Amino acid sequence: MPQFMMLLHSEPAPEGAYTPEEIQSVVQKYQEWSEKMGAAGKLAGGNKLANNPGKVLRGTDTVSVVDGPFAETKEVIGGYFVLEAKDYDEAAELSKSCPHLTFGGTIELRQIDGM
Amino acid sequence: MSIAGPEARNVDGLVDHLFRHSAGQIVSSLTRVFGPADLELVEDAVQEAMEKALRHWPFRGIPDNPGGWLFAVARNAALDKVRHRFRRADAASQIVALMEAKLEQMPMPVLAREIADDQLRMIFTCCHPAIPADARVALTLKTVGGFGVREIARAFLADERTVAQRLVRAKQRIREQRIPFTVPEPDELGERLRSVLDVLYLMFNDGYDALDGDSVVRRDVCAEALRLVEIVAEHPDSGLPETRALAALICFQAARFPARQDPAGDLLLLSEQDRSSWDRALIERGARHMECAADGDNLTTFHVEAGIAACHAVAPSFDETDWHAILGYYDTLVRLADSPVIVLNRAVAVAMVEGPAAGLAALEAVVGHPALRRYYLLPATRGEFHRRLDEPVRARRYFEEALEISGAAPVRRFLQRRIAALTPAENR
Repeated sequence: MPQFMMLLHSEPAPEGAYTPEEIQSVVQKYQEWSEKMGAAGKLAGGNKLANNPGKVLRGTDTVSVVDGPFAETKEVIGGYFVLEAKDYDEAAELSKSCPHLTFGGTIELRQIDGM
Repeated sequence: MSIAGPEARNVDGLVDHLFRHSAGQIVSSLTRVFGPADLELVEDAVQEAMEKALRHWPFRGIPDNPGGWLFAVARNAALDKVRHRFRRADAASQIVALMEAKLEQMPMPVLAREIADDQLRMIFTCCHPAIPADARVALTLKTVGGFGVREIARAFLADERTVAQRLVRAKQRIREQRIPFTVPEPDELGERLRSVLDVLYLMFNDGYDALDGDSVVRRDVCAEALRLVEIVAEHPDSGLPETRALAALICFQAARFPARQDPAGDLLLLSEQDRSSWDRALIERGARHMECAADGDNLTTFHVEAGIAACHAVAPSFDETDWHAILGYYDTLVRLADSPVIVLNRAVAVAMVEGPAAGLAALEAVVGHPALRRYYLLPATRGEFHRRLDEPVRARRYFEEALEISGAAPVRRFLQRRIAALTPAENR
């Protein structure tokens, strides 16, 4: 079964933007989604990426290591999920139900090239 | 829609209100170490822990012990803030070391008793008489209950900024007055407890009466008042008869919460409510508090109000309500507290026992009272008495007067229904 990577882009919420009860409802919605995907055998994994900028490496003989990448916007990739689906259509259909979209984020879907 | 049922756990999900309740518990427990002067630091640390969960749990799943996870992260965040502060101030590192030692060995309070003790201290701190009265309810909801500023504002139809400013001033007062984090000693317990009970009474009534606010948040505010009054009632130091009386009153009132509005949000009178939807378990809990409230000879308004609420709670139907007993309680209440609202409520009981004409006569004493000038229930009650006396023209006049000064939509719809129900022939 082909695998697809869902990269979850969003703008980090400002501090103190959510009340505890609101945080609960957000966490709950993601949990329900990943459980539904898991139960259907569609979810192969996922993880949080750290909020710091990361590094960009370039060069051949002398490799430069710099902080980045810095995009024009404040958007970051907060984390990723790995889906199992037969094609892009199915993967996109599964991603559509992800609460990330409801909360204003965007999802970048990439097929993992297994060959 | 139970107000105080056992907490449901969604399958593989989170206990209801986990974040809100954890926030309240962790703020209280960390304040035991930091002291109430550093409430803001503790609150910031707890908020950080919540936000960290928000970022991680969607990807990693909910940890096995979510409350313990939040506690550990909040404690470490608080510790970091202390380190940072002393580094900046270049103060003796001994203080930091001491604080670190204290915090690092601090286990998460796991016993219900420990948690309740910390929350009880926090309640006494937030309800201290030195804190402005209008800030105590909000501060208690925020600090002990884990409510957000936005939710508090929504529940009471207040401006978010106003609520935030009140909280800032309250915390400032805690620092300036060095308000301690303790259950008061017996010699000052009386006054301090009175202030706590008044705050919880107000919290419940604000949530119960504000028909216009967000109904979910209002129900949560009432449930929180119930949770807190039971913490105060079940502690040996603060569980005095008057505390038990307030706990009983809140249980009886809360039991009716699901029945007093129809699905469209319209107000239902006691006579119209479906009594089968009253929460029997809560009524029984109220009755048990009531038994404990009977100890001693200090009769408070809470006792009497609880007595009235009990009469309603145990009446199998509206017609079988013991109005004689209720009138007796109101007679006592009028002696204990000189309030025009109580006189108004007593008149309703008088009308039930002696008829609407006697009710109108009992109202005379408060007609024109300055405190009731904008109180729609006065003209609404007068209108109701005239309706029962078969005087529809007068009834209509008073209902319309009530309509003019009432802002809440459910109340306005209720009054319009009353006017429409006056028969067409009588209707002018």
